[in-house]
Amino acid sequence: MSKPKVAFYWCASCGGCEEAVVDLAEGVLQVVDAVDICFWPCALDFKKSDVEAMADGEITACFINGAIRSSEQLEMAELVRRKSKVLVAFGSCAQQGGIPGLANLFDLKGVMETAYETTASTVNPDKTRPKTSHREGNHELTLPELWDTVHAVSQRIDVDYFIPGCPPTPKLLADAVNALLEGKLPPKGSILSPNMALCEQCPRKDSKPSDLAIKEFKRPHAHMIDPEKCLLAQGFLCMGPATRGGCESLCINGNMPCTGCFGPTDQVRDQGAKALSAIASAVGSNDEGEIENILKGIVDPVGTFYRYGLATSMLHRKKMPAKGA
Amino acid sequence: MRGNGDVRIGVYVCHCGSNIAATVDVEAVTRYAEELPNVALAREYKYMCSDPGQELIRKDIDENKLNRVIVAACSPLLHEHTFRHATEAAGLNAYYFQMVNIREHCSWVHDDRERATTKAKDLIRAATMRIVHHEALEPRKVAIRPEVLVVGGGVAGIQAALTLAAAGKHVYLVEKDATIGGHMAKFDKTFPTLDCSMCILAPKMTAVKASKNITLWTCSDVTRVEGYVGNFKVTVRRRPRYVIEDLCVGCSRCIDECLFKEGKFPDEWNLGLSKRKPVYIPFPQAVPPVALIDPAACIQLKTVKCKMTFVEACGERKAIDFDQKAEEKVIEVGAIIVATGFRAYDPTPLNRYGYGRLKDVYTALEVERLLNASGPTGGNLVRRSDNAKPKSVAILHCVGSRDENAHIYCSRVCCMYSLKLAHLIKEKTGAEVFNCYIDIRAFGKGYEEFYRRLMSEGVQFIRGKGAEVTDVAEELRERGKLVVSVEDTLLSRIRRIPVDMVVLAQALEAGADAAEVRRMFNISCSADGFFLEKHPKLAPVNTVADGVFLAGCCQGAKDIPDTVAQAGAAAGEALALIDAQFMMMEPNTASVTEDLCSGCRTCLPLCPYQAITRDEQKNKAVINEVLCKGCGTCVASCPSAAISQKLFTDAQIFSEIQGVMMHE
Amino acid sequence: MSEPKILAFFCNWCTYTAADLAGTSRMKYAANVRVVRMMCSGRLDPQFVLQAFKEGADGVLIGGCHPNDCHYIEGNYKALRRMTLLKRMMESMGIEKARVRLEWISASEGLKLQEVVNEMTEQLKKLPPMSRMEPTQVAHP
Repeated sequence: MSKPKVAFYWCASCGGCEEAVVDLAEGVLQVVDAVDICFWPCALDFKKSDVEAMADGEITACFINGAIRSSEQLEMAELVRRKSKVLVAFGSCAQQGGIPGLANLFDLKGVMETAYETTASTVNPDKTRPKTSHREGNHELTLPELWDTVHAVSQRIDVDYFIPGCPPTPKLLADAVNALLEGKLPPKGSILSPNMALCEQCPRKDSKPSDLAIKEFKRPHAHMIDPEKCLLAQGFLCMGPATRGGCESLCINGNMPCTGCFGPTDQVRDQGAKALSAIASAVGSNDEGEIENILKGIVDPVGTFYRYGLATSMLHRKKMPAKGA
Repeated sequence: MRGNGDVRIGVYVCHCGSNIAATVDVEAVTRYAEELPNVALAREYKYMCSDPGQELIRKDIDENKLNRVIVAACSPLLHEHTFRHATEAAGLNAYYFQMVNIREHCSWVHDDRERATTKAKDLIRAATMRIVHHEALEPRKVAIRPEVLVVGGGVAGIQAALTLAAAGKHVYLVEKDATIGGHMAKFDKTFPTLDCSMCILAPKMTAVKASKNITLWTCSDVTRVEGYVGNFKVTVRRRPRYVIEDLCVGCSRCIDECLFKEGKFPDEWNLGLSKRKPVYIPFPQAVPPVALIDPAACIQLKTVKCKMTFVEACGERKAIDFDQKAEEKVIEVGAIIVATGFRAYDPTPLNRYGYGRLKDVYTALEVERLLNASGPTGGNLVRRSDNAKPKSVAILHCVGSRDENAHIYCSRVCCMYSLKLAHLIKEKTGAEVFNCYIDIRAFGKGYEEFYRRLMSEGVQFIRGKGAEVTDVAEELRERGKLVVSVEDTLLSRIRRIPVDMVVLAQALEAGADAAEVRRMFNISCSADGFFLEKHPKLAPVNTVADGVFLAGCCQGAKDIPDTVAQAGAAAGEALALIDAQFMMMEPNTASVTEDLCSGCRTCLPLCPYQAITRDEQKNKAVINEVLCKGCGTCVASCPSAAISQKLFTDAQIFSEIQGVMMHE
Repeated sequence: MSEPKILAFFCNWCTYTAADLAGTSRMKYAANVRVVRMMCSGRLDPQFVLQAFKEGADGVLIGGCHPNDCHYIEGNYKALRRMTLLKRMMESMGIEKARVRLEWISASEGLKLQEVVNEMTEQLKKLPPMSRMEPTQVAHP
């Protein structure tokens, strides 16, 4: 019997999720032993045509990381979807849009202007911009189209499972692969990490007071952080209460607050709104002016509460001023 | 669409006569509702709240196997219970019902028929989506304490307390002054019968004292109200009177032997028109008939240098206790009657009438005291300026009432008490009395007759609001007089009336502490500052706070008959409540789904009722549903959405939002 | 232009009752508002506000009891805390300030309710329409 085929693909991502695969370390050998990796652009030399040549559903599982923001990414995502029995959105970007999803605070025009004109390091006197097609003699050269709005994978194609994390822990990947091999997968649509917020497993949970009564929000770069005490109790905005656990408290153990990369638990529709509600409720004042002042300590609410989840949030992107206005 | 699957909704659209149907196309709405998903049938009916209307629901549940009922009619605050009852009567759980407000929130506030119809459709669509997520619930049964707190010992509070006591209920009557009696104890006679006010009030006051069922606390303030209908916990602060109530017999010997031979301090009962001593009994009929010491005036309390003759006078009774301290009492009651009364309007700001500036300008309440036999002048009406009997008196109506610069409302009693004062002044002094009025409002039983009697007695009536009172004479006959300028609107000319005395018929306004009282009892005020009843016609003594009732002038200006009637009604409502012994509470409490709770503690400090605790072993939040009042604050804050509120679940609200916004 | 849609979340004890009072007093106001009843403004989950905009609302109005007057002691303060932060967040998301409004309207303030609804409707009419961006709707450069 031939080994099950497994594929990895990346879209709009930083490469960190690929690292998570490599971080399996010796474990990766067991995986390679058990499966046949048939496509992995980052590490192995297979071509798109190799995938196209496969029968539909021939790949047992494809792990796709990164968000979708270009025509090429969508085309490839649709291709691997067709060829795979099980498609797993792997990592925060694939699951929720991730950091690239913050581009939804701008439109393409703004993004291009910044990247090709206005940054301090840009030298581009002719204001040259990438084009989707260019004719050179008899040859037409094309580039993928970049879009206004960044999408999570599931917003464009059918996804079977999600593995959260920026990046996911090797353990979650190993568990997923094992479940796959053993045929013990949960219902379609499941997120393969415990449905319980991080606080539950937080090593500092016993030091959290029952009433935070927050008077000041501190930013981690500007203060010393007590390595034992609940970060919220110290005034650092920690997304732990509103973020799915399963990350092994890596950031907390690194003495940094949770930034929310695992996304919300199942019954929450909008992680940012719920986190915002919980945090704002803990402000220690009933005075309108004082409340406003305390909350000003949260300098960038969107970047704080939607660092990974903007693309899949209820609003999913900034409302841009009407065109031509 | 005919209902298929599990949910079968019946939608009933009420015409409410023409109240809804005149603005909302009820038929179009019904046809629309019929086609909505999960709707098994939709009907329109003239009056859904009528028996035949309710019967429709019962029959359809039975015959058409409905398992959800929506009535689009008036406000749920009015008829939700009616239709829940109808739903339940057919054997369906009452909470499978949802009400849609297309009258108060739609037909009555919009003119455009098309837009009102669209809105009604939107609201019904929202309900059909919400109701899918409804579940069977059971109301919570809560025991009701049988005691009642009555706040305020004026005639309203007295009447309410006596009624409840007569029914065998225990009443705590709390009065801030040293005696009960309120404003009525200050009046001379009452209109239109001219009974002596104290003569009819005093028996009721002594009945309070005599009743075993009434605990009377004077010199006391309610400082804190916790809990809820049926189970209020109330803190009362009893200020020291420096006389032990149980030991004093009211013999007045201490007053006689006080170091001060004459009264030196303004006597509150006589509105400062006379003086009293530091130790005093407010008035002869005071209840309790016990002396008290004014700590701001008593030499012993201020400097410890009194010769203590008055203490000796008390002798073996030892009723005087300088060490008395304020005392806090915590009581538990099932119902509360607020009867905190009114404040007589102070006309000083209306500078044109000269009150406080011109000596012989009086308020009506002052004149009540001057006319009273136990008043500062022994019932002789004489002027402040020269102790002379006035030969002419002008009574200016509507001072502070019906006036955009003061209160826009009519104080309802000033016309009648002005007529009464006119009669009494004329009777006592023979003076000529002028009444300057805007309209005479003599609407009660025997009132118009009293007005006619006054006219026949020769009291002058000038239709016109008093414009000014001045002591600047323009002609000889005005010298040494107060001159009232008034436009006589019947004669269409300005008149200047020289008189010896002016009486200002001051308005009744909300108590000075109405805002604090309102907050303490969690009730509302209307725009005029008086406490707001739950419904102006059908729940006139109820408030938005269940178990808190209103009696007397704290709810709005009214005369003694209305006050007493309202006090009886409030006592009746309180009785109906506590006699039931148990009550059903809306099952809208919150609860934690343990499997979803991460133990993050976000919810813990948010509950104002301390209903949420943390199970240390399990590291989970736990809600005590007996303590939960169903505000839903914890639900909204839970970052794991692990808390759910019955009747207002996330799924229900999200569906409602989706339904109401959905474009056709 | 098309009529703006306002979704309102009203506290059962104050603003919902004020709206009832406006009704019994036949105070006319813009037919643009749709009310969702809650027991307390403290029940207002910020997700509900976002959901309203997601479903096409042009504005969201929240009505609660005046400070110190909350039927549940201090649910309104919780609403105030959340809405203060939510409004700022929404502004960063390009949603104009006027689209989210928190008002304290007591049970007796039918008139205030009428004024607030009318004023908000007028303000929304002056704003450019809310564009609805579906996740699948892709704007090409």
